[in-house]
Amino acid sequence: MSAKPRFATVWLGGCSGCHMSFLDLDEWLLELAGRVDLVFGPLTDAKAFPPDVDITLVEGAVANEDNLELAHDLRANTKTVVSFGDCAVTGNVTSLRNLDGDTDRLLQRVYVDGPDRNGVLPSAEGIVPPLLPKVLPLHQVVPVDVYLPGCPPSAERIRAAVEQLLDGEPGDERAYGIRFG
Amino acid sequence: MANRRARPNGLNVTIDGVEMSAVEGESVLDVARRAGAAIPTLCYLDGLSVHGGCRVCLVEVDGEHAPRLACSTPVTDEMEVRTATEAITEHRRIVVELLFAEGNHICAVCVSNGSCELQDLASEVGMDHVRFPYQYPDRAADASHPKYVFDPQRCILCTRCVRACAEIEGAHVWDVAARGADSYLVTELNLPWGEAPSCTWCGKCVTVCPTGALAFKGRAIGEMEHDTDLVGFLARARTEGEWEGRS
Repeated sequence: MSAKPRFATVWLGGCSGCHMSFLDLDEWLLELAGRVDLVFGPLTDAKAFPPDVDITLVEGAVANEDNLELAHDLRANTKTVVSFGDCAVTGNVTSLRNLDGDTDRLLQRVYVDGPDRNGVLPSAEGIVPPLLPKVLPLHQVVPVDVYLPGCPPSAERIRAAVEQLLDGEPGDERAYGIRFG
Repeated sequence: MANRRARPNGLNVTIDGVEMSAVEGESVLDVARRAGAAIPTLCYLDGLSVHGGCRVCLVEVDGEHAPRLACSTPVTDEMEVRTATEAITEHRRIVVELLFAEGNHICAVCVSNGSCELQDLASEVGMDHVRFPYQYPDRAADASHPKYVFDPQRCILCTRCVRACAEIEGAHVWDVAARGADSYLVTELNLPWGEAPSCTWCGKCVTVCPTGALAFKGRAIGEMEHDTDLVGFLARARTEGEWEGRS
């Protein structure tokens, strides 16, 4: 067993811009790689969320049944859950569909009435996850320990927050600031 | 303190332990700002009448059960005010959270992203997330005016536009319709803005808006900047004849 903290990132209903901002940390990622074991993320080959994770950054809102299941899995297996970016913290752009509130009408408008060439609703049992009636911020689904808003949070703010987590003193927002948008 | 009893017939007011002299008619906010206390405001704007609607300037006044609004509470002699207690800080955060929960404030896709008083206030009061369920009201924008756009999804009903239009421009195009949570802004007794005959196209409503609810047409995300000092300048110019200070 390694003594390094087990670190994960998760991509729920978001544009992956927060992960892109995370990648903007450039060479600091090498330093981070030396300090943690990356056990789960959009680019790892893990099929299920692993056990005993110390820190998980969660990008994206909870928009469909897959997101919901993964949110519960990651919460059950993570010590410190971080709402990572505005979609996780507020619902943000992902939640704009809540203004209509009817998922069938929404899918019809996008895939059938819209410019999509095929003109059919996407459906594949067990593959395409059904939408939830409303998009929810992560903390309305599972308890969240640290909030890092921003669309996306800048690389510097992500680094400050992650360093604080690794140093074992999470949640002091003075280090990374609060900024929506 | 040095300025205690500095003025004849003055009032003595204590703000966060600092003794200040004040004159009759001054608000707690006036005196607190002079004392250097950082009380946040949103609906309050220099140059306009006091509305007292947003509730973010809450302060504690000795002997009062409930918090008072700094902007609309006149100072009295021997008043003791606390502007930044733990309870007040929490109240203010709740007020800001409720504003965010009530409308559709998606900073990332807003014209005013980066120059929005509500966005800044969230940072200032330490709002890292909203603890109340979002309401997602479905409100249609009014883009009928040739120069300006009104997006009520971003409106917090601070009524700065209503007051600027009525008090500074003298046109009173804007007003608030309905009651309570159903309240919304209307132009010209609920005509589309573009058909409002009393609108002079002056744009004062747009310049004073604290959010992205009122914007110049054609501005994309983050391109809207307001000019909230304008009405204060105009008000002082008219009452005190001060026309210097702006190009």
